Amino acid sequence: MTEQTFQPHIIGFLCNWCTYTAADTAGVGRMEQPPNVDVVRVMCSGRIDPAFVLKAFAEGADGVIVSGCHPPGDCHYNNGNFKTFRRMPLLEMLLQQYGIEKERFHWGWISGAEAPKWAQLVRDFTTQVRDLGPLDWKQELASKEE
Amino acid sequence: MAGNEKLKLGLYWAASCGGCEIAIVELREKILVIDANCDILFWPVALDFKYKDVEAMPDGHIDVCLFNGAIRTSENEHLAHLLRKKSKVLVAFGSCAGEGCIPGLANLFDRESIFARAYLEAPSVDNPNGYVPQTTWQMPEGEIRIPTFYNTVKTLRQVEDVDYIVPGCPPQPPQIWNVIEAILAGQLPPKGSVVGATDKTVCDECKHTRQEKSVKKFYRPHEMIPDSTKCLFDQGMICAGPATRGGCGALCTKVDMPCRGCYGPAPNEIDQGAALLSAVASVIDADTEEEAARIVGEIVDPIGTFYRFSLPASLLHRSKLEARG
Amino acid sequence: MMDAGRHPNIKLMTYCDVQEMSGYVGRFKVKVLQRPRYVDIDLCTGCGACVEACVFKRGVPNEFDAGLSRRRGVYIPMNGQGVPMKAVIDEDACLLLDKGKCVKKCMEVCPTNAINFDQKPETVELEVGTIVVATGFNVFDAARLSAFGYGKSPNILDGIQFERMSSATGPTQGQILTAEGKKPERVAIIHCVGSRDKNANAYCSRVCCMYAMKHAHLVRDKTGAEVFEFYMDIRAFGKGYEEFYERVQEEGVYFVRGRGAEVTVQDGGQLQVKAEDTTLGIPVQINVDMVVLATAMEAQPDAGKVASTFGLSRSADGFFQEAHPKLRPFHTNTEGVFLAGTCQSPKDVPDTVAHASAAAAEALTLLSRGEVIISPTTALVDDQLCSGCMTCIALCPYTAISFTIKGVSGTALVNEALCKGCGTCVAACPAGAITARHFSDKQIWAEIEGLFRAPSAEPVKETL
Repeated sequence: MTEQTFQPHIIGFLCNWCTYTAADTAGVGRMEQPPNVDVVRVMCSGRIDPAFVLKAFAEGADGVIVSGCHPPGDCHYNNGNFKTFRRMPLLEMLLQQYGIEKERFHWGWISGAEAPKWAQLVRDFTTQVRDLGPLDWKQELASKEE
Repeated sequence: MAGNEKLKLGLYWAASCGGCEIAIVELREKILVIDANCDILFWPVALDFKYKDVEAMPDGHIDVCLFNGAIRTSENEHLAHLLRKKSKVLVAFGSCAGEGCIPGLANLFDRESIFARAYLEAPSVDNPNGYVPQTTWQMPEGEIRIPTFYNTVKTLRQVEDVDYIVPGCPPQPPQIWNVIEAILAGQLPPKGSVVGATDKTVCDECKHTRQEKSVKKFYRPHEMIPDSTKCLFDQGMICAGPATRGGCGALCTKVDMPCRGCYGPAPNEIDQGAALLSAVASVIDADTEEEAARIVGEIVDPIGTFYRFSLPASLLHRSKLEARG
Repeated sequence: MMDAGRHPNIKLMTYCDVQEMSGYVGRFKVKVLQRPRYVDIDLCTGCGACVEACVFKRGVPNEFDAGLSRRRGVYIPMNGQGVPMKAVIDEDACLLLDKGKCVKKCMEVCPTNAINFDQKPETVELEVGTIVVATGFNVFDAARLSAFGYGKSPNILDGIQFERMSSATGPTQGQILTAEGKKPERVAIIHCVGSRDKNANAYCSRVCCMYAMKHAHLVRDKTGAEVFEFYMDIRAFGKGYEEFYERVQEEGVYFVRGRGAEVTVQDGGQLQVKAEDTTLGIPVQINVDMVVLATAMEAQPDAGKVASTFGLSRSADGFFQEAHPKLRPFHTNTEGVFLAGTCQSPKDVPDTVAHASAAAAEALTLLSRGEVIISPTTALVDDQLCSGCMTCIALCPYTAISFTIKGVSGTALVNEALCKGCGTCVAACPAGAITARHFSDKQIWAEIEGLFRAPSAEPVKETL
């Protein structure tokens, strides 16, 4: 009997200049990563509206990553990442109130030169989310209707 | 409406506080215009029509039905479907029907925890046998049934096809009158539109002067007496005005109370709470992660603050229901 | 400097202040306040007769000689060598302008009647395409660190004062002399005065080690005096710099590795320097005739005002902020405004020439190209939806968002020439009134939804 291991579906919102480049390098460099992270590219982590993270969970994401350039000085647009680190802690508080475990949401900084760090994040975060099990928000809402 | 036939009007209240009904009455003498031009076929708060009277109508018999209140029980849902069938135009009237409004905050709980609080745990409860409502109960005379109390509050749009939305908690009487006039003149915009409101936000109607924002500390309304001339958000209050559709006349900010967001999100926003959260966090005066976390960490009850009126309509709709054994 | 004054394409406007700047790259409007010289420069020949005749013989400290000499109410800047070489009357030093009473000898002797006390300040508005800010640096005021005794003896000099003393056009025609008029026999030079110091500036001023060594060399060369240099580290990083350090050591200058701690004035006027010799591990003290404090380079005192006039940020050290420390050291975050020289950071002459040449080249390239290449992902405000909450304005790193006032409210407007397309304002706008071209909310929602749609059963046909 084969056991079906749950494959988490994770969405990553990555800034074009830093983390997306790192992820690209990790891919080109064939760094070992599980295939569970789908990437949505934005020009700057400051473009990431908290609503994107909520939408990802609402559509069925089991985990979400937000990643950009290291503050204070790496942001390609000077200080877009400052707005990111202002918004994300508040979003974390909100997600907790929504009942979404904080281990399902990771936000941080990975520079374009840190491809191994991206690959490691993908490995670690996939494992972490897998251990939590599916979130499956839509299914959850539908099944507990009545 | 043919010839000099009166417009057939229906009004219903689902899970609501009655404020929308009061708002209709607040039309004052204009209600006589309504009476002159309309036949009210169904209005539980004011007139003695029964559900079976509605069931007996032909489909589409009611020209316009103003449906206020959220969908909390199976009865609310039943009436939503019934009134949709029997009405040509179904209007989600008020914030409860449109966004979920205050009853929607119950989406942070479920039926079991709500019943436990209301019927067992509240300080004034005297319920030694621990009775909670059941949907059916066997009596000697037979089985009696009451509607099911759902785990999740829904908006009218989430259960039925809605033609128009009139936002507000309640919709303000001048705006209600604009809608009535448009209905009577047969001049409604395309189906699905929000009516009785503007496309701008409350800021457009608010008289406080504003500046570029940089907030060091957030204040709850009871924690400060604000400067009456300046923007409340600039002064550190979480005012939902920037994230809320306009049309109410900015009544709350006029008396130095921050807008709470009862007119729902601006036209292009899909999640009012996230829109307000993003604006509030973006302008804090913090240039390090520690300082940012500290300042936002002081905001009490983010979900209640940002989603006071719009939780059921939000992207996630409700907080996660506890796994039940 | 003379070449700049003579060049047909350069209009030199001296004795001016920029008061306001508005507009954007290619279309800047700059308001300049022309202060009155009280001398008509078209008539003045720079003969200097007025300076000779000026009644205020005692004069005021001469800023060009860092206070080591004095000048009169009317003077020709830079000890007679200024560009343009024309007289100017200092309002605060002229007896007529300041006190209201003078026989105006200067007017009497002027052969061309160039002096005009009726001149008023004038505002000139310029339309320019690019701007280069080259407002220089200020010398650290060594009096802020009282341990060094600056101001307590005329023989304790700061870096600029020693430069002037050793200059042929300076107060002593280049001779190194104590205030008593004698050649010193022993000189102490103390590094890092105002630099690398928690009580002053944390940064290193980059130029002082080299100029301090130059000073040591000049003292040895001109006076033969013993020279003791008290240093923390020797920063001799440039071309030929290390070789110069070797040479100065061979000339017999004593380098003591230990921060100069204190300078006190003894009875009789001798100066006592206390320091630590860290190589020996002992405190040392020495009596000298002259102390030169290698003072730091600092941002100008009006840097804040200049920054806000030109929309510049300042880094933590107070100098103007470059767009990128490695890749764009002479750009600012305002397109079309460049930085040249020490206003951006401490640097010596070769580095300043390189930096300023780069800024000039970039400024000219922009003008000759005649177009600015902008990002395609710029933001656009829908003024039918914008209600003027002003959440977005301060968020833009490029000050690309302006506000059009209408009553108490108004609407935001994004200047596409300045917008770089980061999308921060889009994410913050609570009304959803701003769209990011090519990265709109709708596009991103569609991406998210698409990622959760089940793959189509039909195979994807290859297209050529």
